[in-house]
Amino acid sequence: MNLDFTQIVSSIPYILQGIGVTLKIVGVAALIGFTIGILLALCKIGRFKGLKWFADIYTSIFRGTPLILQLLLIYYGTPQLFDIKVTAYTAAVLAFGFNSGAYISEIIRAGILAVDKGQLEASMALGIPYKKMMKDIVLPQALKNILPALMNEFITLTKESAIVTVIGVTDIMRRAYIVGGNTYRYFESLIFAGVIYYLMVIVLTLIGKAVERRMRRSD
Amino acid sequence: MIKIQDLRKSYGKVEVLKGISTTIQKGEIIAIIGPSGSGKSTFLRCINLLETPTSGHIWVNEAEVTNPKVNIMKVREQVGMVFQQFNLFPHMTVLENITYAPIMVKGTSKKDAELHGRELLKKVGLSEKEGEHPVRLSGGQKQRVAIARALAMSPEMMLFDEPTSALDPEMVKEVLEVIKSLALTGMTMAIVTHEMGFAREVADRVLFLDDGQLVEDAPPAEFFSSPKSKRAQDFLEKIL
Repeated sequence: MNLDFTQIVSSIPYILQGIGVTLKIVGVAALIGFTIGILLALCKIGRFKGLKWFADIYTSIFRGTPLILQLLLIYYGTPQLFDIKVTAYTAAVLAFGFNSGAYISEIIRAGILAVDKGQLEASMALGIPYKKMMKDIVLPQALKNILPALMNEFITLTKESAIVTVIGVTDIMRRAYIVGGNTYRYFESLIFAGVIYYLMVIVLTLIGKAVERRMRRSD
Repeated sequence: MIKIQDLRKSYGKVEVLKGISTTIQKGEIIAIIGPSGSGKSTFLRCINLLETPTSGHIWVNEAEVTNPKVNIMKVREQVGMVFQQFNLFPHMTVLENITYAPIMVKGTSKKDAELHGRELLKKVGLSEKEGEHPVRLSGGQKQRVAIARALAMSPEMMLFDEPTSALDPEMVKEVLEVIKSLALTGMTMAIVTHEMGFAREVADRVLFLDDGQLVEDAPPAEFFSSPKSKRAQDFLEKIL
């Protein structure tokens, strides 16, 4: 069997450097996605029909088309429409942020709707304004319930980030691919990349569990 | 003072309140009783607009809450409410539950709010529970915290929506004792209840609702010994 991991040892630091690139994309995209998700969810449950429609259409489009198409549209498409240069990193962060915002908004919406109606009534009866009620009473309870679903989304995001390879961002995946090409050792370098992704997901899972334990202290 | 004029409420085609008028004077304690489905809770919840009346007028002091121009949030600050299901905020400690609204709504300083909060906890006999989360409390304790939470806003009147109906029997008394002690302070109160003994003992007036109508409005002694309407007679016969 033609299998020799020693052949890629010298390239390991190069591949490992991709972790930083991937984390930077995933981290910022997750933040954008989470923010958009909360805003869209509030639009969806709010009173204003116009905002509700906007949020529904947004979700429908970003869920209804391939992520890779959105990424390519932002990277190659926007410079054609507007006279601006979009770096691969910016395109990646925006595409992933916008896309996960659509999914996260549905998760948060479900979480908000699952909060006991009595909580809203108690808040109203105390004269607590809508914004404060959402921020301090409803969202903290909603987030606790949707934490597993949110972690799922972030894990998906981490793995899906590998498609930035197609626009030339040198993330873990891209680097593994390059090393594979240089050494003719695709199997070894790809397996190594796979191990890195897997470990990152494991770490995310552990963080998620720790956060969940913390939040469940009041149960 | 609460003044209610021809209050009606419909859910679709079902009319649950069919034109109720009454006045609750300052310092008065009103027990609202009647069979389930008679509209008692809806009636109570209309007073602070947790339910929007279909028609009719309600005044809380000077403010007409049924007038859309009136800021209902301001009115709600003056009207405390206690729910059957407690509705404590599960992610906050007992003391945080009590101090949140005074701090965030009234702008009370944290220090003053906590001082007042601890005083109220002492009154309801739960001083040692201030750091606990609601899930660690019994039903009776939860309801006493809920009462303290409502009182923390220093309301002028209190609405109780079946405050003991979700409690195990052995915990009913501790909650009723707290409400009774509150009655002695001269607080204006409207209480939807199935506790007839309590209603007889504490209330100044009993409102008997049946099928969305205010059938009787009388002092408890009169209502319980000689109800005028056939419907009230039947109801009392069934439960006493």
